[in-house]
Amino acid sequence: MSFAWTLTALVIVLAIIWRFLGKYMASVYEGRVRWASFIERPLYRLLGVDPESEQSWQRYATALVVFSGIAILFTYLMLRLQGYLPFNPQHLPGVTPALAWNTAVSFVTNTNWQSYSGETTMSYLSQMGVLAVQNFVSASVGIAVAVALIRGFSRKGSRTIGNFWVDLVRGILYILLPVSFLAAIVFMAQGALQTLAGPAHIHDVLNGVSQTIPRGPVASQEVIKQFGTNGGGFFNANGADPFENPTGLTNFLSIVLILSIPVALTYTFGKMVGSIRQGVAILTAMTIIFGCWLAIGAIAEHQANPAVTAAGLTHQTSGNMVGKEVRFGDTSSVLYNIASTQTSTGSVNSANDSYNPMGGFATMTGMMLGEVSPGGVGSGLYTILLFAIIAVFIGGLMVGRTPEYLGKKIQASEVKLATLGALVMPITVLILTAVAVSLHSGQVGPLNKGPHGFSEILYTFTSVTNNNGSAFAGINSNTAFYNILESVGFILGRFAIIIPTLALAGTLGAKNVVPASLGTFRTDKPIFVGLLIGVILIVGALTFFPAVSLGPIVEQLTTKKFF
Amino acid sequence: MSDVGSSHSIKQESKPKAQPGTPVMEKQSRGLFDRDILRQAAIDAVKKFDPRMQIKNPVMFVVLIGTVITLLESAANPSVFSWSVTVWLALTVLFANFAEAVAEGRGKAQADALRRMRSDTEARRLLPDGTEQKVAAAELAKGDLVICEAGDIIPSDGEITEGIASVDESAITGESAPVIRESGGDRSAVTGGTKVLSDRIVVRITSERGHTFLDRMINLVEGAQRQKTPNEIALTILLAALTIIFLPVVVVLKPFAHFAGADVSVVVQIALLVCLIPTTIGALLSAIGIAGMDRLVQRNVLAMSGRAVEAAGDVQTLLLDKTGTITLGNRMASAFLPVDGHSEEELAGVAQLASLADETPEGRSIVVLAKERFDIRERKLGAEHVFVPFSAQTRMSGINLDGREIRKGATEAIKHWVALQGGDPSVDLDHLAEQVAMSGATPLAVADGPQLLGIIELKDVVKQGIRERFAQMRTLGIRTVMITGDNPLTAAAIAQEAGVDDYLAEATPEAKMALIKAEQEGGKLVAMTGDGTNDAPALAQADVGVAMNSGTTAAKEAGNMVDLDSNPTKLIEVVEIGKQLLITRGALTTFSIANDVAKYFAIIPALFVATYPQLKALNIMRLHSPQTAILSAVIFNALIIVALIPLALRGVRFRPSGASAILRRNLLIYGVGGILAPFLFIKIIDLVITALHAY
Repeated sequence: MSFAWTLTALVIVLAIIWRFLGKYMASVYEGRVRWASFIERPLYRLLGVDPESEQSWQRYATALVVFSGIAILFTYLMLRLQGYLPFNPQHLPGVTPALAWNTAVSFVTNTNWQSYSGETTMSYLSQMGVLAVQNFVSASVGIAVAVALIRGFSRKGSRTIGNFWVDLVRGILYILLPVSFLAAIVFMAQGALQTLAGPAHIHDVLNGVSQTIPRGPVASQEVIKQFGTNGGGFFNANGADPFENPTGLTNFLSIVLILSIPVALTYTFGKMVGSIRQGVAILTAMTIIFGCWLAIGAIAEHQANPAVTAAGLTHQTSGNMVGKEVRFGDTSSVLYNIASTQTSTGSVNSANDSYNPMGGFATMTGMMLGEVSPGGVGSGLYTILLFAIIAVFIGGLMVGRTPEYLGKKIQASEVKLATLGALVMPITVLILTAVAVSLHSGQVGPLNKGPHGFSEILYTFTSVTNNNGSAFAGINSNTAFYNILESVGFILGRFAIIIPTLALAGTLGAKNVVPASLGTFRTDKPIFVGLLIGVILIVGALTFFPAVSLGPIVEQLTTKKFF
Repeated sequence: MSDVGSSHSIKQESKPKAQPGTPVMEKQSRGLFDRDILRQAAIDAVKKFDPRMQIKNPVMFVVLIGTVITLLESAANPSVFSWSVTVWLALTVLFANFAEAVAEGRGKAQADALRRMRSDTEARRLLPDGTEQKVAAAELAKGDLVICEAGDIIPSDGEITEGIASVDESAITGESAPVIRESGGDRSAVTGGTKVLSDRIVVRITSERGHTFLDRMINLVEGAQRQKTPNEIALTILLAALTIIFLPVVVVLKPFAHFAGADVSVVVQIALLVCLIPTTIGALLSAIGIAGMDRLVQRNVLAMSGRAVEAAGDVQTLLLDKTGTITLGNRMASAFLPVDGHSEEELAGVAQLASLADETPEGRSIVVLAKERFDIRERKLGAEHVFVPFSAQTRMSGINLDGREIRKGATEAIKHWVALQGGDPSVDLDHLAEQVAMSGATPLAVADGPQLLGIIELKDVVKQGIRERFAQMRTLGIRTVMITGDNPLTAAAIAQEAGVDDYLAEATPEAKMALIKAEQEGGKLVAMTGDGTNDAPALAQADVGVAMNSGTTAAKEAGNMVDLDSNPTKLIEVVEIGKQLLITRGALTTFSIANDVAKYFAIIPALFVATYPQLKALNIMRLHSPQTAILSAVIFNALIIVALIPLALRGVRFRPSGASAILRRNLLIYGVGGILAPFLFIKIIDLVITALHAY
């Protein structure tokens, strides 16, 4: 399938998903879908939750933080103790403290940064019963926060923003589990592994070598890894590994799964606030940014690799193939990695480290824009809505009214919370990168020196703080220093944005709705889409321009051209 | 409610005022750069370096701290470059101070003029035993009674308890025509500092010293108690956030550079920081706010708080009294409608006779119409004539002349009169009268003895251009509602003619209040004008309540704005000023942020070109050297503040149109222009510096 056909197919499939999954999710979170209530109701009884009673934003946030804290603790202990636990055919020992901590926080925050190779570190129990569980749970938490924010917009004079436990359970039960179950079957049918038998030992008689081929319950984890924009692969090679991503169809399906929820949530948003057009406006902004970055990446990777050219190999026919699977080629690899870096998924089917500088620039800066195009499950929507509030504030002033978004006046507290949420990420990324490049423990991480080494560090902290989890690679980050410093990024990038977002949901929900008039700044028009994109790009550019100039840009300019 | 027969609308019509349709900012170009104000502002700008004042403005405070650091650095390691940066950073702060000082200076000049008026007067206090006592005005307490006679300055705000007087209020309103103030009713309030021209009144003091209207006015124009408005607070938060974010951006450059084997000096870091934080809007923000209030003062409107001005921009429903706002306030004769075969001219002649002595505006308009239509001139009356004045009992007026008894008045009253005279009241009359009423006019019947001649149509004349004004309001998304005591038929006709969106007929204060509350329930902000005591609750309830200065103290206290000209039409201008204020802030914020793009392209290649020569490609302006590049950006950053002071004080151009059109226009000018302009100017500055061979 040519690139153009792939894109066309992707757009059509996503449009259908947008419409139907989006509407379905609105029904789920408005409590109209009840087909699994035979599991749901006993579950609430077990948790001691009254599904009818709603929470204020403070109680919602407290429940979320406490729940995530317990999840981190549970994951940490399970990984530490895996040597004593069943489903461990390789008899892998307990994970070291720094790595267990890093991994626990990473999976609970929907980051899925992996400082380890799954096949040599994690037992089947750890993969299935610990990490995969967080893949479901952390995704559902992200959607819950987005839905809570939507409720803030759609409600009027309300003191509550929903019930965290109900949103958490419903997200898993009605959305994540059923889709993952069905898609996993497709993956298995395509050849993805799904077994509890241990690794296969092969003796190659001809060459006289023995080989151990790791196996495991891969397909079941593969789907939620993409669908929940988690990204943590079963194997180190992630989406490039044929056991995870066996065919062109699964590769395409992976991209669809990655984009499904973030894209469909814009429909859910429009539906719940009573105007699909509002959702379309947000989706349009997301799509335009995605398209531009995909184009940058695709053009960059279509160029020959300058290092290979320098080595005298002048006849490279199909772009930069270093670090890419031949079965995917340059364009499909770029599409996969762009989709994955712009959604906080972080799974990769090719090595970012070996991309041409501008290709690396595309994956890196895609995250630097705050992962809003379309971003992670839930997090993409709520983060872009923070930017939308800032855009509405500036644009609204320019039409001569106290700015309002969806009828809600944007005043001091909203501006405070939105800017707080939008600026946590860049500040954290810059400071953590500065710490790493200043200290010896950080300087020894990257395998390269100069601008490329700098890119490797910058990429790492951009990825962890955006809860993306993709690795530029080329950096040894499984050290206590990196494991702990990264966990700061995970936590701030997740909770320091979620808490202001929930507070925002609270203040917005309590407000009255101003009816729209001709004097209202319309947020369902192209001009708003343009302004929103402008705000996202300018905030991203202003905060990261100096850093990026010292990494990929300087590297690219070494080749004396922009592409 | 002052709907019927309010007298204040005549005088303001003669005042020159902005034509409907033209933007609001024509007038205040006067004195924008008055020499005295500029001189004073230059002095104040230096005084404002006081850190205690600077800390109120987080953006400029950062610049001040940066200046101090570069100053110390320059002292330790002197170089032409670091000293130049230091000087320009200091100038940046100075220019910001200057902008604020100019805005304040204009208010101060007005305050001084007002203060001179307050110069201590002597009051004649009336003691309970009826004797008088001379006291200084300063000693008067609330509740004291004072006597004012012709020539006296009224010592403080109060309410007339006894008497009637003509008062010169020009000190407050700038209007030279005296106004009548009398005890009881809606015209009993007097303002301290105004002068009694005739008669004698007893005034009960209603304000404490220091809290009089004049005091409040001085405080307002001086901006002494200026508090930040909600949108200003929100914007300050955004600007603070944009300042905070650039701190790490600039600070981390050092370790980043170090990793690359380069170094960044503190001076350069601070130069970059100052260029990136939103200094342009930060420097002009308070000047914009002060100037917005000032624009209202220029139009003789006193806003009690900036919050009210801002709320005016948000208004979605305007409640407008019919009389004086939508119509001229006086009914004017518009047609002669004869009955029973009488000719129009015959009717006009008799009507003119009946009105010759009628000095009411209605009466005069009949004489004028008769002259216009049939050239019936004022006649010399014989000795045998007696004018019959209007009385509430008879509800008619007229003249007895050469044995004829001519009357005009309410239809019912005239029919009664004709019957008494032995005449036959025609049935046609009722039909005609009803038709006239339905068209929104008032019928006035005319009889000559027992003969019924016909009807004069008195029409409420809708102000010229008001229809266009309302159309503009509509494009701004503002709904206009006409409030009138008229019956629904008349109200509907006038509403139709004036082009208002809705009307409230037979309005009572309660109905008005209910309407405001209903609109507010629906999330709308409501503005209204009022002057009577019974308007006070509604004025207080409305988000923007403009009280007429001619109104009662209760009304003035309930509203959050006072119109010194007592011109209710001004509500529309108030809304426009409110909008313009917000637009100016938004536009300059956009401009400020958009500027950063070019500054990056000036500074980043300059920072690292020594380490990575390939970064020269980013130097798209082809600036001479790293030092001239950085300095040019800093100089641009400082000069742009000065360049934008006039815009900040005058406000950006505002034409009433839909939100999308306004936004598109402003985004183009201040967004796209904000990105492009600095590329040009930084390049020019760089050329100048290079030509001076400073480096």
